[in-house]
Amino acid sequence: MKKTGAQILCESLIKEGVEVIFGILGGAILPIYDTLTQYPQLRHILVRHEQGAAHAADGYARATHKVGVCMATSGPGAANLVTGIANAYMDSSPVVAITAQVPRPFIGKDAFQEADITGITLPITKHNYLVSSTGELADTVKEAFYIARTGRSGPVHIDIPRDVQTEQAEFIYPDKVNLPGYKPVFQGHPAQVRKAARLINSAKRPLIIAGRGVIMSQAYAELRELVEKAQIPVVNTLLGISSFPRNHVLSFGMIGMHGMAYANMAVQDADLIISIGMRFDDRATAITGGFAPKARIIHIDIDPAEIGKNVRVDVPIVGDVKNVLGVLNKEVNVNTHSEWLATLNKWQREHPSLEIRGGEEVIPQYVVRQIYEATQGDALVVTGVGQNQMWAAQYFTFIKPNSLISSGGLGTMGFEIPAAMGVKVGRPDEVVWCVGGDGGFQMTIQELGTIAAENIGVKIALINNSYLGMVRQWQELFYERRYAHTKLWNPDFVKIAEAYEIPAVRVGRRDEVVPAIYKAMDCDGPFLIEFVVEPEENVYPMVPPGKSLSETMELPKPKKVSKRKPKALTRS
Amino acid sequence: MEATKYTISMLVEDKAGVLNRVASLFRRRGFNIQSLAVGGSEQPGLSRMTAVVLADPAQVEQVRKQLDKLINVVKVADLTNDDMVARELALVKVAATASTRSEIMQIVDIFRANIVDVGSDSLMVEVTGDEEKVDSLFELLRRFGIKEVVRTGRVALTRGAVTAHASNKRKGG
Repeated sequence: MKKTGAQILCESLIKEGVEVIFGILGGAILPIYDTLTQYPQLRHILVRHEQGAAHAADGYARATHKVGVCMATSGPGAANLVTGIANAYMDSSPVVAITAQVPRPFIGKDAFQEADITGITLPITKHNYLVSSTGELADTVKEAFYIARTGRSGPVHIDIPRDVQTEQAEFIYPDKVNLPGYKPVFQGHPAQVRKAARLINSAKRPLIIAGRGVIMSQAYAELRELVEKAQIPVVNTLLGISSFPRNHVLSFGMIGMHGMAYANMAVQDADLIISIGMRFDDRATAITGGFAPKARIIHIDIDPAEIGKNVRVDVPIVGDVKNVLGVLNKEVNVNTHSEWLATLNKWQREHPSLEIRGGEEVIPQYVVRQIYEATQGDALVVTGVGQNQMWAAQYFTFIKPNSLISSGGLGTMGFEIPAAMGVKVGRPDEVVWCVGGDGGFQMTIQELGTIAAENIGVKIALINNSYLGMVRQWQELFYERRYAHTKLWNPDFVKIAEAYEIPAVRVGRRDEVVPAIYKAMDCDGPFLIEFVVEPEENVYPMVPPGKSLSETMELPKPKKVSKRKPKALTRS
Repeated sequence: MEATKYTISMLVEDKAGVLNRVASLFRRRGFNIQSLAVGGSEQPGLSRMTAVVLADPAQVEQVRKQLDKLINVVKVADLTNDDMVARELALVKVAATASTRSEIMQIVDIFRANIVDVGSDSLMVEVTGDEEKVDSLFELLRRFGIKEVVRTGRVALTRGAVTAHASNKRKGG
């Protein structure tokens, strides 16, 4: 039976199991939106800015392991998706972005709301399509979803001219894709796996660096088996947080620029690094020349192009983490590494890295810790970018698998609110906390409208220090406190939330923190807490830019030791 | 590390925008491309691209893998260390007078090149060979006055029965 392009698109999305679309309409995409109403099984969430649609689809995808879908009209609508698509690309998030294009006869004529959007998204997508006829639309959608979710997942963009949406074609949804140039490798090479096992079995000071690949591959059990069988300590990248329970005795936390001092020390002293599903990002490795100087490196990754890209590798294994670890675990011997673990535990005691100082004032570390205490880790945490992100990563004890959703690679401020929307929509039964700062909040603040309209129950912890805090920290430490343009004049955030009919409270004293958190959790729908925090609080530990992990700066020792009673005060 | 010339051969789907994808990748990853030749292949629907890149060994490995990741790139091979035949074609318009014409023709003969057009005050020479041969012909013709030059860039195939892409084992997501 012949169907219009718009019908073919909607039915193809249903065939792919799509349940939710985040988007905004406009002229060129009207035929699709007009048709969308005929398919009530496709829930459409109208966002307030297309960037929000892309971040929401990204958050949804990360939280559900399904493909997230966002939609926008031609020209400016499509261009507004770009930041969100780039963000999904950097963190390998499976998103299908659908945009409308001007009708085919107008393409290249600088028509109203025309932009060469496939030209623009080419370097920030895994693949993209400009659909040139209605007849190829079904195949294109099939391929797009297949490419987005398989191998190293990532965003795929489909641009559909308006007349392709309205013309008719025979609708047959293909059951297979024909992609001769796309054959992801899933199984690790057996010889490489054996070589890796030999290195692991003979290592004295082995260390696992777990990345987001573990989460994407859902290889939690396999990782845990490897760790416990051979007693190998685990550290993780930012996006590797929640790949392994942080309260496990073998977890030593995050490495990198704001990693735990003892975790960075472990990297620098290890004789074998087993990197699993991570890509040696510069924020994790610091300068690569000084990274893990004593170690041989095993690198397990699904993307062959990641092997040797940033760091030299001794044993590469290309394949899906879950499959590779499944085979590797059989070849790895039971071990104890008691001396090495004793050293790490000693470092952890000597360099605690996560102290919370006492006092009346609200400090972000305390806020994050109390959100953890209130939820007991049974929550999904979505963060902004900057100081708030690092405090969330450091002070929340991530126990639940895949419970941190954060913009790692691109570092997109404004990710938090729309991504949290997507996370909550995808996992409605979970408690979703959005931890952000006052800077990032104002970059996508309009999505409070979406949250209110759709009653999306995210709990927003707004850490307000009235600064672009991380940049201010750099100015303080590396630019002699010249605070150029980092001070923010802010509106009354509580009033703004209330204007959107979102209940909100402001917290300015430490003893108000816990009650506010419980108030938010007791509230049925969305809730905002503005935490007015110490404006010049810094994130420590810190590896200064251009230095190696060996040069991790720890929290400067306070002048009056008596003021530091972290234990007593964290439990207040 | 020392940068050297590498010859990369790609089999790509003959679809709109593929050249742009390949070129964009070279630009985005900061790879230094010396020449890029595109044309049909023995298989319908597939084109062959030959790229010469100036890189160190680690970079060229990245080039190969990143190209391999492009969905429309079916196969990638680094022919540099293979036993390959590499050629380019050049056309050169050289100034010629009655007195220099025969000397030019002698040089052209030695290089097994061809005169493909004769004008009142110029000759057009067609030459095929590796870059060094083309360069040395140009060097010899320079003193007569070179008016215009066009070169195709390198195309290459491995010798014998082995196909250029047989050694290509892995495709990646």
